[in-house]
Formats: sequence, structure tokens, C-alpha cells
Amino acid sequence: MGYVFQFGEMWAASDEFVDGALATLRLSALSMVLTLGLSILGALVRTSGPKPARALIVGYVEVIRNTPLLVQIFFIFFGLPSFGIRLSADTGALIALTLNGTAYTIEIVRAGIESIGAGQSEAATALGLRKLQVFRLIVMPQALRVIVPPLGSQFILLMLNSSIASAIAADELTSAALNIQGRTFRAFESFIVAGVIYFVLSLAFSGAFSLLERAAFGRIKTR
Amino acid sequence: MRALSLSDFTFLLLAARWTVLLSLMAFAGGAVIGLAIALMRISEHRALRWFALGFIRVFQGTPLLIQLFLVFFGADLLGFNLGAWLSAALGLSLNAGAFLGEIWRGSIQAVPGGQIEAARSLGLRYLPRMGLVVLPQALRLAVPPTVGFGVNLVKSTSLAAIIGFVELTRAGQQLNNATFRPFLIFGTVGLIYFVLCWPLTLAATRLERQLALAYRR
Repeated sequence: MGYVFQFGEMWAASDEFVDGALATLRLSALSMVLTLGLSILGALVRTSGPKPARALIVGYVEVIRNTPLLVQIFFIFFGLPSFGIRLSADTGALIALTLNGTAYTIEIVRAGIESIGAGQSEAATALGLRKLQVFRLIVMPQALRVIVPPLGSQFILLMLNSSIASAIAADELTSAALNIQGRTFRAFESFIVAGVIYFVLSLAFSGAFSLLERAAFGRIKTR
Repeated sequence: MRALSLSDFTFLLLAARWTVLLSLMAFAGGAVIGLAIALMRISEHRALRWFALGFIRVFQGTPLLIQLFLVFFGADLLGFNLGAWLSAALGLSLNAGAFLGEIWRGSIQAVPGGQIEAARSLGLRYLPRMGLVVLPQALRLAVPPTVGFGVNLVKSTSLAAIIGFVELTRAGQQLNNATFRPFLIFGTVGLIYFVLCWPLTLAATRLERQLALAYRR
């Protein structure tokens, strides 16, 4: 093959890789927090909101889940300015990733809520708790046990998907790798390094999520 | 900049053929790789099991876009000029192989162990044991999640646009560059994807429900 790998130039660009990794971390962490909040709200509406609101959530979930993230990013980043809403690439990416992720996590949260027997909320209502109190104090703490494991995997997917934001040159790791390969012409090395960083990030996230799970629910799984 | 005409929408519809073709190719490639990975994952040889596990971890733990870049540029380094079309097909196949491998491993392992023992005691060797006894039973369980994965695969082909293959998303970008009507164009592109994916989603849900009913009895 006769190709000589040169990781020296990659080493010289290590600052850019670190900045890129931090930007990916920032973008995905911010999107995870927004996604979590929105999906709890969405699942609440989906399970006990008024009928038209429920239908709206169902429609949103189906539209997002049956179209590619890349097209959603283009739609938001290029499409919204024609209505006078100008977004930076970073904001556009954050909105697209969050709207995309939320469609998946709403279903996860909903499944968690629905796994809690109706007797729980009936008992709580009989004890005089208000609707929101029932949800916050009785249903949600129990549902979290079911929700957290698949939510963790979905969040790791979100972090990996954030690489697609490089298509609109948002600040993140894949964009950094693209810049580095454009300058050094060392495409293979650039993407190998980026791939390794993503792999480490996904291991770190999955480790963090299982630690969190253990801290919150203890070692023993009730099943 | 020029105005958008009806023929532009035909252009998008024609480009959708490439999305469908790429999805089918990636599914075919992914099925071959996935079956091999699933069988290796439950093999009696430790080395094969580890290889399959490593393969799955790497492809599930890194972004598909990076994988496509690596195939696209990597093949070039090895002296094969694959071009965007074959790179995308190969990259998507490898990625699909990892996901299908994990799905199918689950289905194979759900076949009761007694079936394998019975096949063994009847003197069936590995290939007939798998091909005639285990896999046909696993197939039933594998169909719903495989159809569901198909939706993901169709959506993933949009990433081929980034390495320059002209499929639906790329065609939308080109059209947008010429006419600058992003809202309408990417809305239409999204709608075409939706029309491709929605029936698969519905089928997957339906098949899942049927299977669940069959197993409740």
C-alpha cells in the first residue's frame, strides 16, 4: 500500500482536538438537559393532557422519528431564516439535536410512566394529593427506575449524532477534524483520532450513567 | 438564483431512487455481515466472540459519519478508489452489520436451548443445525426489530450526502443552492423520507404486537 501514517501533525493539532471534544461535550450535555426537561413535559401532556395536545405530541414524535436528523438540521438552520429567525450554527445544531432527541425520549418517559400501576395514582389521589403532586411525588420517582437505563443509551446516541452538526459547521469535534484534515491533508489520521475520542466519550458517558443509576437506585435491581 | 418549478420536485423524487437503492444495498450488505457477527458472537471460540464484540462496540460507539469518512478516505489510502457511492454502501453495510448482528444474536439466543441439544443428539453438524433448526425459529423473533432497524437505515443514508453522493438529501442541497427556497425544499425532502419510513414504522409496530400476542398464549 505504501502509505505512511503520520500522526505527528495530529499531535501538533492536539489543542484543536481537545477544543473540539469539549465543544461536543458542551453541545451534547446542554442538549441532554433540555431534552430531559422537554421529554418529561411532553410525556406528561402525552399521557394526561387534553386531546388535541396529545395528538400534537404524537404527530411531532412520528414526524421526527421518520425523517433524518441531517434534514432536520438543514430545515431548521436554512429554513427558519426565511421567517426572519436567524440562528448561529451552534444554536441551530442545539435546537435540532434537542428536538430530535426529545421525540425519542418522550416515548421512553411515557413508557416509564405507563409502567406504574394505576393503583398508585388512585391511592395518592385518595390521600388528597393534587394532580401535579401525584405525578411529581408518586409516579415519577418510581418511573425513573424504568426510564433511566434506556435514557442513558439514548443520550449516548445523541452525543454521537451531534457529529452530524458538522454539516452546518457548528463548533464540535467532527468540524474540528474536518478543519484539521483540510489543512494537513491527513484525512485518515484526523478521523481516526476523532473516532477514538468519540469512542472514549461514549465509554465515559456510559460509565457516568451507570454510576448515576447505582447512586440513585442502589445496587439491587427490583424485578 | 432561479425560481422553483415543478420539474424540480420531479428531480427530488428521482433522487429518492438513490436513497432507496442505497438503503437496499446497505441492508443486503448489513444482513451478510450481521449474520456473521451474530454467529461469531455466540460461537464456541473465544477469539471469534471477542472479535464480534469488538466490532459491535466500535461501530456502536463512534458516529456513523466518522465511519463513512474513514471508509471514504481509508479505501483511497489502500489503493482502491471506491468513490462516494461504494464508500457509502460499504460504510453503511458495516454499520448496519453491527446493529443487525446484535439484534439477531438476541433472536438466536431466544430459541430454547433444548432445540440445539435435540439437533445435536440427532447428529446434525453446525451448518444444518443452524440453518435448519435454529435460524428458522429465530427468524420469527427477528423480523419486527429488523423492520424497525430498516427505518434507521433509510434515515442513515442521508449522511452519504456529506461525502458527496447525490441521493435525496444532497439533491435537496443542490436544489436549495440554485433556488434558495430552503423551507419548501427541505420540507419536501423530509416529506419524501417520511413517506419512505412511515410504512416501515407502522409495519414494525404491527408485527411486534402480533408477535407479543402469539407468545402470550
